[in-house]
Amino acid sequence: MNTMADTALLRARGVRKEYGKGEGLVRAVDGVDLEVDPGETVAVMGPSGCGKSTLLHLLGGLDRPSGGEISLAGRRIDQMGEKALARMRRTAVGFVFQAFHLMEELTAVENVELPALLAGRSPRAARRRAADLLDRVGLADRARFLPSALSGGQRQRAAIARALSNEPLVVLADEPTGNLDSAATAEVLRLFDSLHEGGQTLVIVTHDERIAATADRLISMRDGAFVDETRLTGGTRGQLGALVGLEG
Amino acid sequence: MGRVLLVGRLAARDLRRRPVEAALLLIAITAAAATLTLGLVLHGMTNDPYQRTRQATAGPDVVASAGPNPGIGQADLAGLRALTDAPGVVDHSGPYPVVGGELETDGMTGSRRTPRGEVVGGAAGVWAVGRDPAAASVDRPELIHGGWVRDGGVVVEAGFADALGVGVGDRITLRTRLCEIRTSDGRDCRVVTGRSFRVVGVAVTAAARPYPDVCFAPFCPWFAEAMENAQPQGPPPDGNERFLEDPVEPGLVWLTGPDVRGLVPAAEYLSYVVNLKLADPTDARGFVTANQASTIGPPILESWQEIRDEHDKMVQDQQRVLRTGGWLLGLLAVAGVAVLVGGRMADQTRRVGLIKAIGGTPSLVAAVLLAEFVVVALLSAAAGLAAGWLAAPLLTDPGAGLLGSTGAPSLTLSTVGMVTAVALGVAAAATVVPALRAARTSTVHALADAPRPPRRTPRLIAISARLPVPLLLGMRVAARRPRRVVLSTVSIAITVSGIVAALAARATIHQDAQLVGGTDPSIEPANKVLLVITVTLAALAAVNAIVVTWVNALDNRHSSALARALGATPRQISIGLSAAQVLPTLCGAVLGIPAGLTLFAALSGDETAKPPLWQLLAVVPATVLVVAALTTIPARLGASRPAAETLQAEFA
Repeated sequence: MNTMADTALLRARGVRKEYGKGEGLVRAVDGVDLEVDPGETVAVMGPSGCGKSTLLHLLGGLDRPSGGEISLAGRRIDQMGEKALARMRRTAVGFVFQAFHLMEELTAVENVELPALLAGRSPRAARRRAADLLDRVGLADRARFLPSALSGGQRQRAAIARALSNEPLVVLADEPTGNLDSAATAEVLRLFDSLHEGGQTLVIVTHDERIAATADRLISMRDGAFVDETRLTGGTRGQLGALVGLEG
Repeated sequence: MGRVLLVGRLAARDLRRRPVEAALLLIAITAAAATLTLGLVLHGMTNDPYQRTRQATAGPDVVASAGPNPGIGQADLAGLRALTDAPGVVDHSGPYPVVGGELETDGMTGSRRTPRGEVVGGAAGVWAVGRDPAAASVDRPELIHGGWVRDGGVVVEAGFADALGVGVGDRITLRTRLCEIRTSDGRDCRVVTGRSFRVVGVAVTAAARPYPDVCFAPFCPWFAEAMENAQPQGPPPDGNERFLEDPVEPGLVWLTGPDVRGLVPAAEYLSYVVNLKLADPTDARGFVTANQASTIGPPILESWQEIRDEHDKMVQDQQRVLRTGGWLLGLLAVAGVAVLVGGRMADQTRRVGLIKAIGGTPSLVAAVLLAEFVVVALLSAAAGLAAGWLAAPLLTDPGAGLLGSTGAPSLTLSTVGMVTAVALGVAAAATVVPALRAARTSTVHALADAPRPPRRTPRLIAISARLPVPLLLGMRVAARRPRRVVLSTVSIAITVSGIVAALAARATIHQDAQLVGGTDPSIEPANKVLLVITVTLAALAAVNAIVVTWVNALDNRHSSALARALGATPRQISIGLSAAQVLPTLCGAVLGIPAGLTLFAALSGDETAKPPLWQLLAVVPATVLVVAALTTIPARLGASRPAAETLQAEFA
């Protein structure tokens, strides 16, 4: 399905994730091969329970595969210890979740600065970076708001800002618009558009065809395996908004 | 009826569903109830041993003593003899000569170690009673070891012998000091006699207060009021006042009459004691009231009931420690149970939602939750009453001065009522808030199993940003649940105060041993009880620390998983969860030190010694280290939960 290029930032080969044993064995991810180039946006689509989120967790080192290999920036992450995996997640991966997963007791800026603090940056540098990112996602005036005081779209934008805190090599987004209404979805799409513009590598798991349409590549998944891959015509760089009719 | 049945059934099922938590609740409340029971039932527990001793020694119903008084004259021997013919007196022994002085064992001038391990030094106060070698009809001290008095041989009262660590065959020296008050020079005391005796026997008696409160006229502190009222009847003949120095915290020994007389420079310095048997022993108090002197001159009388009460005071310190320990354990149980209940409630939000969804009212939900804990409280109260009742004789030491051991105490209705009320109170105090909160939770919210929103404490969040990652995480975990932090702090403060009080008790015993040449026998049993309480407190606090950490781990599973997704290592999360417990531990340990010293001062009442500074300083890091070690396993288990699974479960 893929040509294994040396330039790939993220690479998965024959990745499997199984739960249970014997008759109760479930293959959540079943022999997936994937390569993502730097600056590329890949969308993975499929029905609920097909293994999309599991795959994303495996790619981000949040979970360990039952088999196969996963490399990020040329380093095998499937063999890494927990500490090395944590360091990798801290510096090279940014997660965006469907449920936002913002800490309720922290303000937007405190949520965004958290990865930088975990990475050992000084509080001042972490706060400055968080403020810049919130400005970038259009939430500068909401920096001191608690998540409960933000709309769904604003929460997801704050979550995206948090994912960018440590300038990750790749952002892994799990149904980023799954909990949003149309207007909020549009906000998030614009944000992904600008990230794409800026050369950020993105892997987005989604149900939303509008999001999928913004990707450079669209992969369809079913029963834990990739069943189809489409390189979208003309690419999408710089044309995301136009494709989904969000401009104007 | 159907509703009660439903509540009972739901409560029983839930208890069965979580047996470990139910067992922990049961243990926590039972410990508090048992200790409180012990404190309440100890009163009067020395009654049996005293009665046994009184019977075995032909104990007197009234003891009367008379002594010389400077400016007043010699002991009122005639008055004492007149008492033997008073109405109601059927028998008597005495008058016997008595002298107060000091006792020194071989090598006691330096410091030495008693068989019980205390270092003692200096001399002990003593009252020496001169007895006939032949047995008396009233007050025949029962020999525990050796034989009765003979010339040059001394019999030591058992409690006193125990405290001094002397036995048959040892040599002791008895001395008296004569003091003179000169109007111009003040007081001047010098040793006038000193004689060595061999210990020939050790005996018990029901005719004297226990060591170190033995007293005969004129030096009875309990008779101080009468002494203050005494008016000297004219100036001393030569302008000076001469008297034998008061024995300090004295014990009792028996010598022959001539040996006692040989200890004083002149007969005018002797006191005398007579033991009276009444026709109606129960009216001994009435006899004392009718014949008691209001001034210092005539004899001082004491009924057997008063002497018995003094022996009962031997366990009063234990009683006080147990009662206070009961309350401390009760508070600790509230803290522990509140955390357990809080964690349990958080874990059953969905169940609450289900009960409501199928038509359960908020009051039904609250009733189910409260019923569970009422059942546990009632079981705990029953177990605590039984355990306290059974343990009381084991923990209670009536002192070596009485025969036999204490029997099983009686459980009064008020004791049962109070222990049950405390057990229910502990359960109610810990349960009401979470139960009401659960009852008020919206059904949709509860069905979604949404975690209770954490508290925001901006200052702590800002401070934590400057800390290393594990402490940052720990402080934020702690800051999310301030009530839990307070409960943890209180729990540790209570435990440390118990530890510090135990250390203070040991320091006081050590100090007493050095100051008065022996150990106050009432302190050591109290110290033993304090140790038991402290161990129980520490065990409960350890359970609390583990439970709190586990509840924290459960409560923070989402934020921990998120922190791991953002790059925190499991080790950082684990240390953070431990740190969340260590931070309140540090505060609690620091607060526990002054609280413990105050507690011991309040318990002991008298002058108390402070433990060495190094011990107090060591308590804090030791407590922190122990808690850190205890929380390691639950923290690690909590931190090792798969992050992806938790994050995915949030919107599954």
